[in-house]
Amino acid sequence: MTALLDVRGVNVVYEPNRGTRIWSVREVDLALKEGEFVGLVGESGCGKSTLGFALTRMLRAPARLENGVIQFDGVDMASLSGEALRRQRRNGFAIVLQSGMNALNPVRNVEDHFADILKAHARSGEHHPRAAVRRRGTELLGKVRLDPDVLAKFPFELSGGMRQRVSIALVLALEPRMIVFDEPTTALDVIVQKAVMKTIQELQQESGFTAILISHDLGVVLESTNRVMVMYAGRIVEDQPSKELVRGLHHPYTEALLGCYADPRAEEIHLAGIPGSPPDLSLPVSGCAFASRCPLVQDICWKVVPPLAPLGGGLAACHVRAPSDKVPGATAVAAKVAAGKVAQT
Amino acid sequence: MSQVPNGQLASGKASSVPPVVVDRVSKIYRVRGPGSGTFTAVDNVSFTIPPGSAIGLVGASGSGKSTLAKMITGSERPTSGSIRFGELAVESLHANGLRKYHSRAQMIFQDPYAALNPLHTVAYTVTRPLQNFLNMSAAGARDRVHELLETVGLTPPGQYAAKLPHQLSGGQRQRVVIARALACDPELLVADEPVSMLDVSLRAGVLRLLADLRANRGLSLLYITHDLLGARVITDEILVLHKGKVVERGPTKYVLQNPKHEYTIQLLDAVATPFAAASR
Repeated sequence: MTALLDVRGVNVVYEPNRGTRIWSVREVDLALKEGEFVGLVGESGCGKSTLGFALTRMLRAPARLENGVIQFDGVDMASLSGEALRRQRRNGFAIVLQSGMNALNPVRNVEDHFADILKAHARSGEHHPRAAVRRRGTELLGKVRLDPDVLAKFPFELSGGMRQRVSIALVLALEPRMIVFDEPTTALDVIVQKAVMKTIQELQQESGFTAILISHDLGVVLESTNRVMVMYAGRIVEDQPSKELVRGLHHPYTEALLGCYADPRAEEIHLAGIPGSPPDLSLPVSGCAFASRCPLVQDICWKVVPPLAPLGGGLAACHVRAPSDKVPGATAVAAKVAAGKVAQT
Repeated sequence: MSQVPNGQLASGKASSVPPVVVDRVSKIYRVRGPGSGTFTAVDNVSFTIPPGSAIGLVGASGSGKSTLAKMITGSERPTSGSIRFGELAVESLHANGLRKYHSRAQMIFQDPYAALNPLHTVAYTVTRPLQNFLNMSAAGARDRVHELLETVGLTPPGQYAAKLPHQLSGGQRQRVVIARALACDPELLVADEPVSMLDVSLRAGVLRLLADLRANRGLSLLYITHDLLGARVITDEILVLHKGKVVERGPTKYVLQNPKHEYTIQLLDAVATPFAAASR
């Protein structure tokens, strides 16, 4: 089966002023099959939202796709313009924004929002009379578990969770094949968050669209996705089936993220946190960007960028955990660490 | 993570910290416009924060937990009931009394992106309470500012003092907010969702800082949250609020391990942990 989304060597650079270049996304390769539900996890500023924007042709200056190719359904996204781009935005790809709940027009009711989106993306000769908008709106609100009477409501009359559900329903109106959810529940209360995530998951299973969930919360991502990609300093450092992520050895950054969680009911609680802070992305990074915070760091980590190599059921970019045969010496270092012959710092 | 056992006071100061006694407090708002009537945000709530202890106020949005915090810090007045800080009747404080009270009770806000003036440097932000409450001169406050920045883990302080909020990450900003709250050496800290806007990876660090501050300075802490993991890590006792009423209370570990009220169970189920996801 060919990939719906095929990304090769993508770099995104922000150039806010002359002389400053922030490499937000670095050398990202990924392929998504139709119907996959993938999580993209990382700390603030790791480039996960920027990557999500690149995947939906949403990058705006000063951000720029520096190099690399993003193919959606076999078509190079960068080549799309005018009517072809509009058609892809109709039922190709879509994005639900982090502040989506604030993206609704405060002086128009929910029905108007549906009318706008259907009209803006109407095919030539297609009309959407009010009765049809109401019918379609009711159906879509039903999908996101909202009552039809929400159609007549204004955004201020809805709670945060309801507004986020409305913005999801608006995205569904165009039946996209791929939806990027950028932190869809971050601003919501835990119980509401849980309910909205459950709805997203059910919709994905019913409609079968390909979904990318961007979040800093590994717990939320693992509960809903089939596959997780962990991003650090602009690179994908681990790519695993969600089920396998909590088992076995992983990239030290992934392990550190897992150490930030515990069950509040447990007998003893130990929250590790991650000491240090991510590197400045406007400066060149040699070797592994996580080296300065890594408990397993070896000499090689400071010099050579680790490529993604097989680890468990997926891939990881770590000289110690997943030595690549393309990096001379990595296997030997990893073997030494495994045998406990190298002092761990 | 350091945890202070119940009742054990880590510093001599705690003995001088008065208890906070919230006694049958209610807050009823009048609702204007069509369908006007009243809305009971807090309904007959009583609890005590013993000197040097940490109490968690847990509940979802709209449960009344922030309203309670505002009443305890004196920015809202209860409709009925009383709030005492030692001998002080907080609900009847005015201008000067409230000002004095604020030098003893400080608040840490939820959103570190909104709680700092974007035009003021870190040093200025932390100097203000020193000038306001302790009558220090700006020059005299310098050493104290550096000491405070060090306390909250912004080291070396010289590197952070001159920065503006936009040059800091969310976690660093929240540390500045905490440094500002600590500046006048308060006896009570009220922290309203101090980590909910932060990345999960930064939360542990801020939680540990709060736990250490409480242990080392002997101050009392009221921790307001919907995150039960955070509550478990730093509080001795929790109160679960639902629609303005306390529906469950007790030692934190005990309540979380033996939740009785349906709403507490619902909150526990909503905690997203990677390990729970894997076991399903």
